[in-house]
This record gives sequence, C-alpha cells and structure tokens, in this order.
Amino acid sequence: MAEKLIARGLNAYFGSNHAVRDINVTINANRVTAIIGPSGCGKSTLIRCFNRMHEVVPGARVEGQVLLDGEDIYAPGVDPVDIRRRIGMVFQRPTPFPTMSIADNVAAGLKLNGVALSRSERNRIVEHSLRQAALWDEVKDHLDRPGTSLSGGQQQRLCVARALAVKPEVLLMDEPCSALDPISTARIEELLLELKENYTIVIVTHNMQQAARCSDFTAFMYAGSLIEFGETKQIFTNPTRRETEDYITGRFG
Amino acid sequence: MDHSQTQHTNRQYEEELRGLHAGLLKMGGLVERQIAEAVDSLVERDVDKARQIIARDAEVNRMDIENDERCIRLLALHQPAARDLRFITTGLKITTDLERIGDNAVNICERVLELSQQPQLKPYIDIPRMAEIAQSMVNDSLDAFVKDDTELAEKVIERDDEVDALNYQIYRELLSYMAEDPGTIARATQILFVSKYLERIADHATNIAEMVVYMVKGRTIRHMDRKTERP
Repeated sequence: MAEKLIARGLNAYFGSNHAVRDINVTINANRVTAIIGPSGCGKSTLIRCFNRMHEVVPGARVEGQVLLDGEDIYAPGVDPVDIRRRIGMVFQRPTPFPTMSIADNVAAGLKLNGVALSRSERNRIVEHSLRQAALWDEVKDHLDRPGTSLSGGQQQRLCVARALAVKPEVLLMDEPCSALDPISTARIEELLLELKENYTIVIVTHNMQQAARCSDFTAFMYAGSLIEFGETKQIFTNPTRRETEDYITGRFG
Repeated sequence: MDHSQTQHTNRQYEEELRGLHAGLLKMGGLVERQIAEAVDSLVERDVDKARQIIARDAEVNRMDIENDERCIRLLALHQPAARDLRFITTGLKITTDLERIGDNAVNICERVLELSQQPQLKPYIDIPRMAEIAQSMVNDSLDAFVKDDTELAEKVIERDDEVDALNYQIYRELLSYMAEDPGTIARATQILFVSKYLERIADHATNIAEMVVYMVKGRTIRHMDRKTERP
C-alpha cells in the first residue's frame, strides 16, 4: 500500500483560533479514508490544508508539512494552483457553474488551467469524466442543457466529473452527500468504490454509517486533534480510544 | 453493559440496550433453576416435578424469541457500533446458548420419566456434583457478563475440563455396570445421556464466557488453544 499524502506536524489557524492541532496522518494511495468527528472539530479545515485551500481564507495560516508523493506542497516555489489540480475537491453542496452547460461545466477546469484542446479531445474528456462519475447515461442526450437543470444528486456527480476532468491524483470530498437523498447518496458511495481504483480519496462525513460503509480507513477528530486513526473495520468494531468509542456509539455531547 | 459508561444521547436506544441486558439475565435465572430442578427430579425420582420443568421450557423459548427480537430491533434501528455492537451480537449468541441449556434440562427430565419406571441402578453421586459445577458455570458466566469480568469468564472456561473429566468417569463406571450385567444397559444408557446433557450445559456456559471476553475486549478466544491463543 503506497503512501500518497502525509501530514506532519500540521497546524491550521483562523487568526488566533487554533483549528487543527499537530496532526500526523498518512493517507494511503487508492484507498478511501474517512474523517469523522463532531461539528467544529476541524475535519473540513484539515482537508482544506491538503490542497492549500485553507490559506485562501483571510487571516488563515498553516504550519507543518503536507507531503504529496514525498514532496511538501507548502515548500517555497510550489504553485498552489498546480497542487489544486493534482488534489481535487468536491464540496458539501453541489456547485455547478450556473451559466454553463453540462459539458462546459465538466470542461471548466481544463479551461481554467489554460489547457488548449481540440473539439474532439474536449468531447472525449467530457464523456470519459461523466462516465467515471456515473452520470453519462443520464445526460448524454442533453449535454448542452444548463448544469443547474439536473437534480441535486446529478449535480453532485457533475461536480465529481468536473473534478476528475483535470485528472487529479487525490480527490477530497467535504460531506459530498449531506444535501442528497438516500438513493443519490448510495450512488455517490458506489462511485467511491469505483474511483478508488484510480484515485486516492479522502471524505469528510457526518454520517458515521457512510464512513463505515465506504471507507477503508477512518480518522476520528475531536477539538482539532486527531484522536484515532485506523482501519475502518477496527474503528467501528473495537476502537482503541474511549473518545472514539463514545462518539461512534452516540455517547457524546 | 458497562453502567459506568456515559449514557447515550439517544434515550430510547439506552433503554432498549438495558432491556436486552435485563432480558438476558432474567432468562439466565430461569435456565439455572431449570438445571437445578431437573437434577433434583432425577435424584428424588419425582415425575411430577420433571413434567413441570418440561412444561416451563415454553417460557424459556418465549424469552429466547424476545431477546432475539430485541437484538434485531437494535441492529435495524440504531446502527450500533463498537462496544454496543459487540454487546448486541453477544446477546444474540448468549440467548441461543441459554435456550439450548434449557433444552438440555428438558432432556434430563425426559430421561427421569423413563428411569423412574424402573428400579434405581445406583445412588447418584457424580451426577449431582457435575450438575452443581455446570450450574455454577452458567451462573458465573452470566455474572461475568453483568460485571464485564473477563477474569471470571476465563475461570468458567477452565472449569469445563472438570466437567469433561467427570463425564468420562461416569461413562467408565457405567460401562463396567453394563459389562457385568447386560440387564442394566437400558438404565445405564439413560444415565449416560444425563451425564452427556450436563456436559453440554457446561459447554454452553463456556461459550457464554468466551463471548463475554469478546464483548469486553473485542478479542476472539473461541476455537483457540487456551495457552497459545492460536487456532
């Protein structure tokens, strides 16, 4: 099992608020890693540190290292835009560009990255990405309709397709199913299992059953710290730490 | 269920877990009584008592179904994890072991009905001793379950050897009776069955004790060599 992403002594701040505290964790390649924990525990902030999205918030800063294939993404001279291409992100609410068609939404990342493509090459990437996101069959006959004409679940898969079009290595998902119904949620979860063959996936979720169903590894965070990290089946049957036990059995708060 | 633990945020869930706990203990108490009285009916050659015990098995069966339903409801509605999950799956197994122990008590009583129609072959000495150990194993395994006491559970598991040894001793003794006088074969075989039922009861108590270790520590010790903890 290769190590794809490694956080070393990672700290994140919003001004004086110390949101992520001294995190050391290794994300394995071609596996799904779930991050769970109560609201405000720093899980979203943590994954935003994984692709240098945290620093775009005014007053926010990061200390420590995040190694992508052994190279520190915070090293001087590293282009954050390049990092965000290699480490893509899908957000809580589907965010298709409202004025763009389905196909343009998928190709948006390519355009923003300044990739010049022939019409046929672009169409090929759009189709391939939509297929990978398990959306192709539902939209192939109306690719020119607005992205916002799709249902919530379809929009979220459209966002997955958009993230995949730029061929990232890692896909970060910040509660990707929290705005979706159970059927759409099941489709996204099924998608994760397919995608992990080619990508490394980190998913933040409030839904513990979702973490249990679709992840290989689980990280439990509390108050900015990583309390426990382990194989999902171990975390959910026999966690080591009392705090983890209390949280996953619903004895919290 | 460890009562020192913080309570669940969901009170309904907490109550259902406690209900399962209480249901298992109640069933355990009844089953212990069934074993004790079954052996009394044997020693006292009390056919009426044996019949009462057989009739009471319906109650044991009803409790088994209730406990099963509690476990299934908890699994379906609350998606238990970790400690709670181990408690509930242990509950599913314990209720089955208790139900089987109840059946074994009934089996003893069925032998009592037959043995009581014939003159007593020999005074019962080892059988009541064996019954006493088996019954205390059931009692201690449930005690270990209540108190999360893995040391007590391990002691129950060790005592299974004593029961096995007594079973073998009884078998050899009865064999000598049968070899000497074939006229005793029918009765000796019945007593041999009783000994076997008690040995099975001790095995079920051992299962319960092993599940208690799993429930508390999350570690499986079933089907393992006791010293090396390997299969």
